[in-house]
Amino acid sequence: MLAEIGLGALWLAASLAGLQLLAGSFGLTKGGEGLAGIVRPVAIMQGVLVALAFAALIMVFVTTDLSVKLVAENSHSAKPLIYKIAGAWGNHEGSMLLWVTVMGLAGAFVALVERRLPENTMLATLAGQAFVSLGFYAFLLFASNPFVRMSPVPDEGAGLNPLLQDPGLAFHPPTLYVGYVGLSIAFSFAIGALVTRQVGPDFARAMRPWVLGAWVFLTMGITAGSYWAYYVLGWGGWWFWDPVENASLMPWLAATALLHSCGVLAARNALRAWTVMLGVVAFSMSMVGTFLVRSGILTSVHAFAVDPKRGSFILILLAIYIGGALTLFALRAATVTEGERFAITSREGALVFNNVMLSSILGITLLGTLYPLVTEAMGLKVSVGPPYFNPTSALFAMPMFVVLMVGPLLRWRRDRMARVGWVVALPLGLTLAGVVVGYAMGVRHVLPLLALAIAPGVVVASVLPLRGRNLLRAPLSLWGMVVAHLGLGVALFGMGCDSAFTAERLVALRVGEQSQVGPWSVRLDSVSPVAGPNWTAMEGVLKVRYANGAAQTITPHSRSFWVPPQTMAVSALLTRWNGQLYTVLGEETDGKVGTGRWQLRLWWKPFVPMIWLGGLLVALGGALALLSRVMQDLKRRTARTKGDERRARVAQLEQA
Amino acid sequence: MMAGDEKPRAPRWTLWLPLALFGLFVVLVVVGLVRPKDTTIESHMIGKPLPVFALRAAADGRPGVATTDLATGKPQLLNIFASWCIPCRAEAPVLGELAAKGVVINGIAIRDRREDLATFLKDLGNPYQRIGADDVSSVQLAIGSAGVPETFVIDGKGVIRYQHIGDIRPDQIPLILQKLKEAEQ
Repeated sequence: MLAEIGLGALWLAASLAGLQLLAGSFGLTKGGEGLAGIVRPVAIMQGVLVALAFAALIMVFVTTDLSVKLVAENSHSAKPLIYKIAGAWGNHEGSMLLWVTVMGLAGAFVALVERRLPENTMLATLAGQAFVSLGFYAFLLFASNPFVRMSPVPDEGAGLNPLLQDPGLAFHPPTLYVGYVGLSIAFSFAIGALVTRQVGPDFARAMRPWVLGAWVFLTMGITAGSYWAYYVLGWGGWWFWDPVENASLMPWLAATALLHSCGVLAARNALRAWTVMLGVVAFSMSMVGTFLVRSGILTSVHAFAVDPKRGSFILILLAIYIGGALTLFALRAATVTEGERFAITSREGALVFNNVMLSSILGITLLGTLYPLVTEAMGLKVSVGPPYFNPTSALFAMPMFVVLMVGPLLRWRRDRMARVGWVVALPLGLTLAGVVVGYAMGVRHVLPLLALAIAPGVVVASVLPLRGRNLLRAPLSLWGMVVAHLGLGVALFGMGCDSAFTAERLVALRVGEQSQVGPWSVRLDSVSPVAGPNWTAMEGVLKVRYANGAAQTITPHSRSFWVPPQTMAVSALLTRWNGQLYTVLGEETDGKVGTGRWQLRLWWKPFVPMIWLGGLLVALGGALALLSRVMQDLKRRTARTKGDERRARVAQLEQA
Repeated sequence: MMAGDEKPRAPRWTLWLPLALFGLFVVLVVVGLVRPKDTTIESHMIGKPLPVFALRAAADGRPGVATTDLATGKPQLLNIFASWCIPCRAEAPVLGELAAKGVVINGIAIRDRREDLATFLKDLGNPYQRIGADDVSSVQLAIGSAGVPETFVIDGKGVIRYQHIGDIRPDQIPLILQKLKEAEQ
């Protein structure tokens, strides 16, 4: 019954999206104004219905209703509750439903609270949002229906990929999806503004909180995904430039550029066409990324949901939406002037540099991701990996970080380097000193050396905008920028340390034997079987000592899942303030239990947690900025209401 | 330089540029989607250490294969094969020749039956020092191999240095020896 309710709600939501598109479009025409009033309520109702459909899907997973095909194929009654819930989006159909749910809810939220823009721009925006949603509803209902029943009903489900049975991963996809799909709001705003030709500071101020919100989730999602790959895949790496990862990085880069150009548009009414284009590009990158991952057109090391037939469907949607939006842009942007001018040495100048660099990184990432496709079309197979991505992205990222040390200190419109000269000398000097110190410490590779040198400079420079201010009274948005930039420096430091100083060891130990990795000594105390809710494992007990400190115990597993039958190494990590010990237990090499040698892979990774700590700081910075914008907005709104009330009272008195 | 009231305007054609780039993208992926998929894919694992695995022995008289067996300081070959695979039969004498030249060859038998494998080795010779049984292709997938036969050159530290897709032909023996030599550095 629940499945039918879900499907019904989904169809209703899809029809309301159609109504929203029609009413929004006719509402903009002469004589159609009557329809304008229903657009916001319809958008809200659509959000409620699609959320209901999603709740129904979660419920069939929680109750393990095996007559629903998706449940039978992806779940199992013996799975812990949290993974039953996570199972709802750990597959293609469920994740697409999550996608339209986020789109619907975001649209409803905009309809509910956004009052800043002219009403006709809002109509166009909501119509645009409905137009995009419609395509994804069609995809869901005609090509990926999550509520299909199956007969006969199987006795038991097939289970969830063990790699996905991890608490971190349970909430990773929803976080990332809120980010990806949240950008659809920026896309719709851009379309709305192009249709009504109203691009200005107000448009940027209205769009900015939505972009910020999506960006915060995207940042958290990428950070969590990177940490998940780091400790679940057991390779000790944290970023692989895999198509799936690139698919999340590209919208993030576009959204980061968009945030910064929004700042310029809001404060100075410049970069109008550019900002609108980034609004289109950011969500387009979300869609392109999803397409690349879902269609199976690129071979990815961790593609969990691949289907080439569905790829064609998404491609058609892409062609309609991205092609349409870019055509609209080309037709209308000529009437949107670039806006105010500024000198190169100015806040705007630095932000333009930031945008050009971010766009370049986006470009080379897209190129690297698609390159195998290009060469394959010519009959040549290549795989593009870190040797391409690392240096090319650094080529643009490193200069960007240097400008980041200066930019936030500059004034809008026009400034002189001499004015900030002494202040920026500190981080820039630190960077130069960093190169020398790093080289003296034996770091010979260019990229780690640069990362280690630039990171302290970025950290110091990030707090410089606070100098001479009362810290308690500094605006929250300034704090947001400071924390986000600080996070970048911290993450960069972690990345540099990881590639410069990681020690790795692969050993085969008998019980009682000892090995050394970096400053750690590791002794294998015992290996014994343990059992979990839906797995059994061989548990290695390792006594580890840092330098000559006290012994600590960690327990890596080699875990066997029953459904689906699969063996997986579960790493054990020990975190200290200055780094992480990472251990993986492999198989027994030969002989019988108790006498054989066990494979152990050991890493000592100095300061590696800084990477994710930095990522979280970046997200926190975004959250602070968002909070500040929302508070400003509320204040402005209450002030206006009060003004209106006063005027109404005066009018009443005059009448009396 | 500030131009005051004069509003700058990008040349009109640049506004079409994003659409043109997107058009290129669509053409590219349509070609990619339409073209029949070639399933032999170069491993992403080249330059990476072998994944951790330990396979039980697949045949009498030869031990199984584990990651640690492949990091002995000397480059070795890791041959992915199966008794049911026809090109593997063609490859067997070539492997024998390599073994005769002193190359250490380890085998991983994919989804094989013990008795079939024994017949295969008896008929065609056994160039392998170790043979592991990979009954569910898990190791095969983990090292990035898409089919049988495939041969990996593993250096002394257990890092994958080269992947040979398909059977090694007699005229490719120098190539394999060359790759083994390169892996020594």
